[in-house]
Amino acid sequence: MWVLVKTLEWATIRLQKGAKKPQPQMPRTPTANGIIERDETPMEKEISLLHRADFEFSHIFYFCRKGFEAIVEDEVTQRFSSEELLSWNLLTRTNVNFHYISLRLTVVWVIGVIVRYCFLLPLRFTLAAIGIISMIVGTTAVGQLPNGRVKNYLSEVVHLTCSRILVRALSGTIHYHNKENRPQKGGICVANHTSPIDAIILTNDGCYAMVGQVHGGLMGIIQRATVKACPHVWFERSEIKDRHLVTKRLREHVADKTKLPILIFPEGTCINNTSVMMFKKGSFEIGGTIYPVAIKYDPQFGDAFWNSSKYNIVSYLLRIMTSWAIVCNVWYLPPMVRKEGEDAVQFANRVRSAIARQGGLTELPWDGGLKRAKVKDTFKEEQQKNYSKMLVRNGSVGSLNAETESD
Amino acid sequence: MALLDQKNNNVSITVFILCCVHTIMTRKENGWQEHREDFQRIPELAINPLGDRIINAFFPEGEDQVNFRGFMRTLAHFRPIEDNEKSKDQNGPEPLNSRSNKLHFAFRLYDLDKDDKISRDELLQVLRMMVGVNISDEQLGSIADRTIQEADQDGDSAISFAEFVKVLEKVDVEQKMSIRFLH
Repeated sequence: MWVLVKTLEWATIRLQKGAKKPQPQMPRTPTANGIIERDETPMEKEISLLHRADFEFSHIFYFCRKGFEAIVEDEVTQRFSSEELLSWNLLTRTNVNFHYISLRLTVVWVIGVIVRYCFLLPLRFTLAAIGIISMIVGTTAVGQLPNGRVKNYLSEVVHLTCSRILVRALSGTIHYHNKENRPQKGGICVANHTSPIDAIILTNDGCYAMVGQVHGGLMGIIQRATVKACPHVWFERSEIKDRHLVTKRLREHVADKTKLPILIFPEGTCINNTSVMMFKKGSFEIGGTIYPVAIKYDPQFGDAFWNSSKYNIVSYLLRIMTSWAIVCNVWYLPPMVRKEGEDAVQFANRVRSAIARQGGLTELPWDGGLKRAKVKDTFKEEQQKNYSKMLVRNGSVGSLNAETESD
Repeated sequence: MALLDQKNNNVSITVFILCCVHTIMTRKENGWQEHREDFQRIPELAINPLGDRIINAFFPEGEDQVNFRGFMRTLAHFRPIEDNEKSKDQNGPEPLNSRSNKLHFAFRLYDLDKDDKISRDELLQVLRMMVGVNISDEQLGSIADRTIQEADQDGDSAISFAEFVKVLEKVDVEQKMSIRFLH
C-alpha cells in the first residue's frame, strides 16, 4: 500500500506539471487567503475617523461595505464545502471550474478513473468488509471474557488490528508526530473534526473510548459489539438532550483512571479542514487533563471532508474509496489543564488556538452549527450596541443636554 | 494611448466578472438565481445591522429572485475607481462605480419609498436599525433632527440627493465604498 501511495504521489506530481501548461489562459484560482482585500479596521476607528462625532450619513458606508464583503466572500460558509485546490488532482469533484481543456489531459483523467473505480475500489471494499466483520466478531468474542487485564489487553489488540485493516482499506498514509504526547488513561482527547474517518485514524495508533449516539443498522451492530469489549460511552438519543446526564456519565468515566481516554470532537460537526471553528464548552467542563490532537489531511490525494448536507454516508464512503489515497498528519500536542480562574469557554479557546496553530488551520470564532441553523440575533444586537455606544459616548447625547440646559 | 487605457480597463472588468463568477459558483449549486434566503444564510451578513437593506438592494422592484446580471450590476457599484477611467471621454454612459453612482446607491439605502428625498422617518428607520434598542426614541429623534437640520439647505425638512452629495463632499467615497479583488 505504501508503494502504491508513493507511486501515486510521483504520478500526480508529474501530471500536474503537464496539467499546468494548458492552464495559463484560465484565471488563477484564488488562494485560500481569499479573493478580496478585506479591510479589518474596527468599527470605532473607521467611523471616528470621520470629522464629527455624531451621526453622519456616511456611517452607513461602513456597514454597507462589510455587508458586501460578506456577500462576495464570507469566512463561514466556505468552510462547509470542500476546499478548492490550486492545482488539479485529476478528480473532477475537486475542481469547480472543470471544463474540457485538452485531449491529453482527458485521456489521463480517463485512465485515472479506470484505475480508481475498477482496480482500487473493489480492493478497498473487500478490505473494508474484512475489517468490519473481524471487528464485530473479535469484539464479541472478547466480550465474553470476564473483566480483567487479559480482557483489556485482548480488546486493545482486536481494536488496533481492525483499525489498521480499515485504514489500509482506505489507502491511508498517516504520519504521527510527537508520539510522546499520546493521550493517557483517564484523560480526554480532543481533535478537530473533518469526517467520520477521523476516529479510525486516531484509533489506528491507540485505543480510545468513543463517545456518541446510538445508531441503528450496521453502525448499531458495531457499537453494540464494541461496547462489550471496551467501555465506550454510547448515548441514547433522548439522553443526549440532557446535558447534565451526559456530563455526569463522562465525568464518571474520566474519574476512573483505568479507563481508556475519551475521544471527543468539540466542534460538533464536520468542517472542511481549512479552519477550526468554535469548540463547544461542554467537553471542557468535565475536568481532567485534555490531550489536544491536530489532524490535517493532504488534499492532493483525496478530499476527506464530509458535506453531510450534500452527500449521505454511503456516497461519502464511495467517494473516499475512489480517491487516490487518504494522506494525513496527526500531531499530538502536550496535555493541557484548565487554569485557575479560567472558565470553560476561555479554556476551550486556548485549546483551539493550540490545535489551529499546529495544524496550520485558521481559527474562526463562529459556531459549526451555522451549517444548518441560522445565526443568533445576539450577535447583531452586539454590533448595534457597539455602534450606539460610539454615538452616545462621542457626545451627541452630551451636547444635547448642553443645548437643553442653555434654553 | 487611448487604446491602451481601453485594454487595461477591459482586463480589470474581466477580472472583476470572473471573481464574481467564482463567488456565485462556490456559493450556489442550484442555478443562477439567488433568493433572499440564500443571502440570509451568510452569517456575517445576517448579523450586519443593515443586512436586510443591503439584501433588498439586490432585488429589483417587487421581485423575489435576482439573476446573475442583476447581481453583477449591484455588485459593480463596489468596483474600485481606476485612475485611467477618470480621463475617459464623457460621451459614454457613466460607469456604475463612479462616485456619483456610489453615492446614489447609498442614497437608495435610505430612501425606501423612492421619492428622491430622505424624510425624517426614513432616517429614523435606518438609525433604529443601526442602534437596535440601545437608544431611546427621543434621543434618536434629536439625532435625526439635528442631522437633517445640518444638511438641509432648501428648508423642506428632507434631504434631497443634491444635499446628500453636498454633505458627503469631503468623504472619500471611493475608498469607503470599494471592494478590492486580489489577483
